[in-house]
Amino acid sequence: MSKKQAETRPVLDFTDDYPVFTRKMRETHTILVPDMLPWHFDLIAYILNLHGYKVEVLKNEGRAVIDEGLKHVHNDACYPALCVIGQFLDALKSGKYDPNKTAVMITQTGGGCRASNYLPLIRKALKAEFPQVPVLSFNVSGLEKGSGFELSLGLVLELSYAVFYGDLIMSLYNQTAPYEKRAGDAARVRQNCLNELKPHFAKGSYRKFSKRVKEIISAFAAVPVTEEKKIKVGIVGEIYVKYSPLANSHLEEFLLGENCEPVVPALMDFLLYCAVNPLNDAKFYGLRSKTTFLFRFVYKWVYGKQKKLNKMLEKSTFEPMHDFERLRSLADKVINQGVKMGEGWLIPAEMAALCETGVCNVICTQPFGCLPNHIAGKGASRAVKALYPNANIVPIDYDPSSTKVNQENRIKLMLATARENMK
Amino acid sequence: MAKLLGIDVGSTTVKVSVIDEGGKALYSSYERHFSRVKECVLGELEKVRPFSASYKACITGSAGLGLAQRGKIDFVQEVQAAFIAIRKFYPDADVAVELGGEDAKIIFLTGGAEQRMNGSCAGGTGAFIDQMATLLDLSVDEMDELSLQAERVYPIASRCGVFAKSDIQPLLNQGAKKSDVAASIFHAVVDQTVSGLAQGRRIKGKVLFLGGPLYYLKGLRKAFCETLGLDGEHAVFPENGPKFMSLGAAMYAENSKEEPLDDIISRLKNLKDGGEITTGEPLFASQKEYSDFIARHMRSDLSFENIYKYEGDAYLGIDSGSTTTKLLLITPDCKILYSHYQSNNGQPLEIVVGRLREIYSLIGNRINIRGACVTGYGEDMMRAALKIDFGVVETMAHFKAALYFNPDVDFIIDIGGQDIKCFKVKNRAIDSIMLNEACSSGCGSFIQTFAKAMGMEIEPFSRLGLFAKHPVELGSRCTVFMNSSVKQAQKEGASIEDISAGLSSSIVKNAIYKVIRARTPDELGTHIVVQGGTFLNDAVLRSFEKETGREVVRPAIAGLMGAFGAALYARESTTSDVLTSNILTDAELSRFSYSSRSVVCKGCTSHCNVNILTFSDGRKFISGNKCEKGAGIKPSARVPDVYSFKYESLLSLPDGAAEGKRGTVGLPLQLVMYEQLPLWVEFFEQCGFKVVLSEKSSRALYFKGQHTVASDTACYPAKLMHGHIESLLDKGVDFIFYPCESYNFDEHDSANHYNCPVVAYYPELLKANNERLNENNFIMPYLDPNSEKATVHTLTRALSRYKLSSSLIRRAFRAGVARMEEFHKSIVEKGREILAFAEREERQVIILAGRPYHTDPEINHGINKLLSSLGVAVLSEDSIFEQGNEVKVNVLNQWTYHARLYRAAEYATHHKNVNLVQLVSFGCGIDAITTDEVRHILESKGKLYTQIKIDEITGLGVVKIRLRSLLAAIEELARREDHE
Repeated sequence: MSKKQAETRPVLDFTDDYPVFTRKMRETHTILVPDMLPWHFDLIAYILNLHGYKVEVLKNEGRAVIDEGLKHVHNDACYPALCVIGQFLDALKSGKYDPNKTAVMITQTGGGCRASNYLPLIRKALKAEFPQVPVLSFNVSGLEKGSGFELSLGLVLELSYAVFYGDLIMSLYNQTAPYEKRAGDAARVRQNCLNELKPHFAKGSYRKFSKRVKEIISAFAAVPVTEEKKIKVGIVGEIYVKYSPLANSHLEEFLLGENCEPVVPALMDFLLYCAVNPLNDAKFYGLRSKTTFLFRFVYKWVYGKQKKLNKMLEKSTFEPMHDFERLRSLADKVINQGVKMGEGWLIPAEMAALCETGVCNVICTQPFGCLPNHIAGKGASRAVKALYPNANIVPIDYDPSSTKVNQENRIKLMLATARENMK
Repeated sequence: MAKLLGIDVGSTTVKVSVIDEGGKALYSSYERHFSRVKECVLGELEKVRPFSASYKACITGSAGLGLAQRGKIDFVQEVQAAFIAIRKFYPDADVAVELGGEDAKIIFLTGGAEQRMNGSCAGGTGAFIDQMATLLDLSVDEMDELSLQAERVYPIASRCGVFAKSDIQPLLNQGAKKSDVAASIFHAVVDQTVSGLAQGRRIKGKVLFLGGPLYYLKGLRKAFCETLGLDGEHAVFPENGPKFMSLGAAMYAENSKEEPLDDIISRLKNLKDGGEITTGEPLFASQKEYSDFIARHMRSDLSFENIYKYEGDAYLGIDSGSTTTKLLLITPDCKILYSHYQSNNGQPLEIVVGRLREIYSLIGNRINIRGACVTGYGEDMMRAALKIDFGVVETMAHFKAALYFNPDVDFIIDIGGQDIKCFKVKNRAIDSIMLNEACSSGCGSFIQTFAKAMGMEIEPFSRLGLFAKHPVELGSRCTVFMNSSVKQAQKEGASIEDISAGLSSSIVKNAIYKVIRARTPDELGTHIVVQGGTFLNDAVLRSFEKETGREVVRPAIAGLMGAFGAALYARESTTSDVLTSNILTDAELSRFSYSSRSVVCKGCTSHCNVNILTFSDGRKFISGNKCEKGAGIKPSARVPDVYSFKYESLLSLPDGAAEGKRGTVGLPLQLVMYEQLPLWVEFFEQCGFKVVLSEKSSRALYFKGQHTVASDTACYPAKLMHGHIESLLDKGVDFIFYPCESYNFDEHDSANHYNCPVVAYYPELLKANNERLNENNFIMPYLDPNSEKATVHTLTRALSRYKLSSSLIRRAFRAGVARMEEFHKSIVEKGREILAFAEREERQVIILAGRPYHTDPEINHGINKLLSSLGVAVLSEDSIFEQGNEVKVNVLNQWTYHARLYRAAEYATHHKNVNLVQLVSFGCGIDAITTDEVRHILESKGKLYTQIKIDEITGLGVVKIRLRSLLAAIEELARREDHE
């Protein structure tokens, strides 16, 4: 409204001083990364290390982590922020890392959900005890410029391969582990595949996509399995809680223990979702910028790879992962693709895709009081049920004090219905 | 075939059922387990021995999971168990509602079976009812009895005990009948069940009511039937209601393995503790540590003076708290002559009158009450009734008392039965105040409720914790969450001692990390005074000292500090020319009586429940009114506020002149419409539509849409939206228009200009959850209002059935934007007027900063009017932010409305008579980010920060205390600046 007025006024700075991650620190500092997808992140950390960073994925867990988070994060802030901050502080206090030679890293999407504010929250949390620790932003939106951490196009390319391989290994593991004849086989193959992939990133042969994919598929296909039929349970929801065992109380393991097959949609779908939103903005609102073209290019390239991957899976004994264009068209049946904050339309789209592929039992994981989830999670599940009458969806809230008993009780209710439906 | 055994282990009870081969129930029992789950189950199993020596057994229930897993007994989820039993016993039921200790469930049986359970916010369950009964000082049965005599129902928030309390307390203090309040509590439970669980499905047909509370509480049954409109034929309360789940479990056991009862018993008997719980250090390592601790605290004590012998002046302090009344009579040198501490029982005035009579009988003519002062919730009423000389806001009273014990005090924390108050002190003045709110509600009464649940009195219960070896970690969030943590700890076999100690420490952690929000204990300060009845509990005191690593001062009169502060205030404020207090004399007191009646004020749309006390000398005292109108003061005396102006201007926007040749469009006045109403009114009128606004927001409107609320933890403004939509549908408009907007108008002062996700996409949720909405009657285009071209294009398509030309739409949209700017200018202009007025009259100005939709009186609960009744001029964030500088903040500044908050705060920092109070809606995740930042902006320039969290509450008692404390602190600061 008062655009012109405002321009002539000074801008007052209420920011605190924070350390910046300089280029020099690449050599001196260990960068701590929160644990979200254990196997993907293992690979990603390896690649970043090849590029001259010293990255370490945190594995600390337990009450101490959550307590640190509780102390440092606002009561109403979301659980993922609390877990991540708890993990950082717990690690920094463990004595394992020299605070003067440690940095921490977090992703930022720049979307309209408060998750983009994790980074400032981490800074605030570190301020009291570890003011010297820089916080790095991992983003492609141009936020936090001037940091010594750069995402070059080449690095992004390499990382996207890592995500594909990570997704593939996660999916095949989940399809194999519930049925393995000898306990531990699937886990062993998962570890072997990762070990074998790493040298390919050092050599550059990671780009031989079909070959690598084929190797992984055949490694898992070699595991002897039973013919049992098990209940398949899909996991959708807020991105961190959906994947992170720390946040979702080891949901995948719990489901395996309940004699179910967890079906966890690919991380790449979320990344494609992030890439496609600016394209939608351009289409809906005419919001075009220099980067729109780039997003379109990246999107096309990645989607092409996804199709290829799924084709190879179709030929195997395994189920393919979701096709992203299919997800988009399923989304249109339930919700508008304009719902782009947080995980937005991807949540109902994944619910629908799961139902379509016979996975009618779905857990929608969400941090307590997650705003986008009001709309796209709890709010949309009724619409999904209208489309797929068999859909058996349960929203589960995760937060520092909701106990495992309560979560498991609700999941068990969903499973009881699932067993009923299977009869 | 073998007999079947079902065991239901709930959060508070154990139920056991035996059925025979033919499905006939042979035996059922219902027993409270007082957290000794294993022992209770074993005891009950002994009782089924006579029926069979071997069984097929199955366990169900929230607390039974661990037992089943480790005892290798089959388990069935409790809702599933209910489902099985219902299909057997009531095949024609349509819906089943089950309330348990901490769970609420709805099972839809016909029209697409669905089973639902409450989420993690667990207001409206048995635990909530217990909590409320404690508040009313009744047993649950007594409360039930009383509720049946109710004559009226008050609206009470049921989401959370804290909000419910702020509704109930004023009612009680105003003398509302306990019977009415009891019935209101049950109605609140029903509302919570409907809004939290039905989520868009109507509860109709033959409804089955299950679970303990619904079986035992007739008042609750009645409330359900009334709200759902069920007659005797459609509401079924089975005789075996509480044991239903155990019957279901028994039936489920059909597929289990038959085994000797002795095997089952011996397996359960030999269960080892799970060891999954985290434990902390013991509170005291040795008896010696404990006695040193006691000796140290003995030092902070007042001395006594004999009331039978003393001659001279005395000062009386009365703390008329929300749940307790405290009186203290002191000599001028602060020796105690008389003290009294008592629960209100809803009749505070009677208690004070009685005690005053006692004091008069004790002091005779020897002692002269020179001055008297009252503080607390009942301050105004007491002053009026008893002609007490002074009143002081309770924060001030507590502060004065703490100063007496430690002149260097820099932090005061008061934990009472129902609330927590903390003050930071700087330069001998209150610098900031923190009160507990929803999600940080763990207080003293929580321990009491727990002690009761374990069948113990609070004192022996908390003493048990002093020497516990492994206090359990219970988390620090809401009491209901704590309940589940306790449940989990019990499941893992924690002892009562460990749980007692864990509870004490969780209350302390809640206070430090959630209410005060300290990152490290150092932030609290070095000279800490603790007070409030809860700190008389040594386990709590010790936990506090351990957690903070500080030795703190706990006066022996910790529970009487408010009254002591009031007495000190009376001493300070009594001038030398006043020889005796104005308080009712012994003679006057003997003639004193009063009557009370409550009426609904019709002065405005708020329809406050007003309570009128008439005293024997003909004077009247009116309370419960949100504004002066109800108190009989002329509105013209009011100080202006932008909120009232803005709300009235918005309502008058559709002037009704447009005839609407193309039809009628309904605009729901909520969320984004509070900002963009001028735009869309103008737009549609230009396009040839008649604009109809939704009904004004009210509790009644909320209830109208409650059954379509999908997520009960969303903010109140969002949940109100459902009612607005219903009201428009009822008005029969051609269509409802409500756009989705990821982006708001760009005001060029932030990194991005998003709406919050709820504001941006709420239409999606409405469409998905209200079956009356469809493509034709609900138009919700995705717009970016900054792009005229795209918006015109989208609107042309969205309204295509009216065949409007895009040039008309463009013209109309431009006119709309112009109208909105004009409207905004009028708000800014009004703001200027008010600032000028404040300047002229030398008044304080408060920017009541929230969101545009906080203009809604149902959402702001008349806080603007309250402020102006306190003599303060009120601005809104949107009337002032453009005069504030742009700011760079630590967080990502990317939401249009929130950027306004920062600039409004910045404006306040360089205007002496301007302060800011932030309004925050419960459940607003984004304000979790903004509040810290607004606080930072204000405090970095030496301003006070005050936040008020609002939800469905209607009682403004707490808010008033907070605002008065703020004003007192502002005055204090100003006074000091003048001195310097």
